[in-house]
Amino acid sequence: MSKEKSLAEKMKLPWKKMPIAGIMFEPGSTVEYRTGEWRIEKKPAINQDKCIRCFICWIVCPDVSITRQPKPYKNYTESVEVDYYHCKGCGICAAECPVDAIEMVEESKVVP
Amino acid sequence: MVVLKDLTKEELYAPGHRLCAGCGPSISIRMALKAARGPIAAVNATGCVEVSTTIFPYTAWRIPWIHALFENTAAVASGLEYAYDALEKRGARKGKVDIIAIGGDGGTFDIGIQALSGMLERGHDIVYLCYDNEAYMNTGIQRSGATPRGAATTTTPAGRVIPGKREWKKDFAGICAAHGISYVATASIGFFSDYMDKMKKAIEVDGPAVIHVLTPCPLGWRSNPADTIKLAKVAVQTGLFPIYEVINGKYKMSMKPGTLLPIEEYFKLQGRFSHLLKPELKDELEAIKKGAEANYKRILGLAGEPVTTQ
Repeated sequence: MSKEKSLAEKMKLPWKKMPIAGIMFEPGSTVEYRTGEWRIEKKPAINQDKCIRCFICWIVCPDVSITRQPKPYKNYTESVEVDYYHCKGCGICAAECPVDAIEMVEESKVVP
Repeated sequence: MVVLKDLTKEELYAPGHRLCAGCGPSISIRMALKAARGPIAAVNATGCVEVSTTIFPYTAWRIPWIHALFENTAAVASGLEYAYDALEKRGARKGKVDIIAIGGDGGTFDIGIQALSGMLERGHDIVYLCYDNEAYMNTGIQRSGATPRGAATTTTPAGRVIPGKREWKKDFAGICAAHGISYVATASIGFFSDYMDKMKKAIEVDGPAVIHVLTPCPLGWRSNPADTIKLAKVAVQTGLFPIYEVINGKYKMSMKPGTLLPIEEYFKLQGRFSHLLKPELKDELEAIKKGAEANYKRILGLAGEPVTTQ
């Protein structure tokens, strides 16, 4: 994340100040960790015209990286988008898409 | 029946965890939490999920979560249930908290089974979720009681002496059902609607419930990460991992594939079984086929279905 100190930096404490038993009080804090850097070569790209909003990709994503956005598109009230900050590029979404709306493209390709 | 459109958009399981790309267990945990009906608390045995989701100072969980050892997950969950009851009696908090205990196959089939047996016998209102990736993946792919026959692991390497693991997989659902509890089910992440349905039922049951879910592991199974869901489906369709429910001792098939797919369809997708497709190990492949078919027929028989694989 930007200039703000990351949680890992904030938690560099002397041992006496460490939380007992390693208790963490910030739920879901892994969100700030960029697992998108793990991606090699390919990234998923969703074709919004082909997509039928079945949300299969959304439920099978192991990294919670396919998100449902309340952005209307044509007849649909929702859009499906990829969170490239966390996507590890496993390709399950592209393999499971029933209408082949998701394609694994080169990392360098600009996706709208 | 679970409809994907109606599922909650709230993510109780955050992204940014360090599980591998294409991780099956990760999918199973996320789906399980989507099926929650209200406040939920988790007890997690040591294993892939525990190690990778909670690297200090980070945590991927947005629910109360506690790490237990391999052997005492079910015992810690039992204590947690009593603790919530005690808090309610004192008036410190109100409302029911569903507790799920999560363990890998090693922490459930082998190390944690005595604590689990105790929990089932005492009748705590807990859902025990066993995500089965068929070996100790977290420590480097050692064989476990859940590893199927013929699979190559680092402790049962396929070579000139042995063709992978020599023993069969434990009938875990059968062991749990033998405790006389009201709900036991096996599921697969490939059939997610069925799995989430079972999770919902398990949470609603008053008393202990056990779910055994098959979660492919691209690292240990040496498969393509994109094939995770496909493998979970094919495992069921070949009859190697029948999915069924045991409700009050009565077996019920969740899916009858009709004609079973040939086992080779499943094996050719994975590196851990690649040696079985060689002509010199034909006998072993035949033995596995026979065993898997016998097991499938046994489950069909228990469920009172006509015993046929055609």
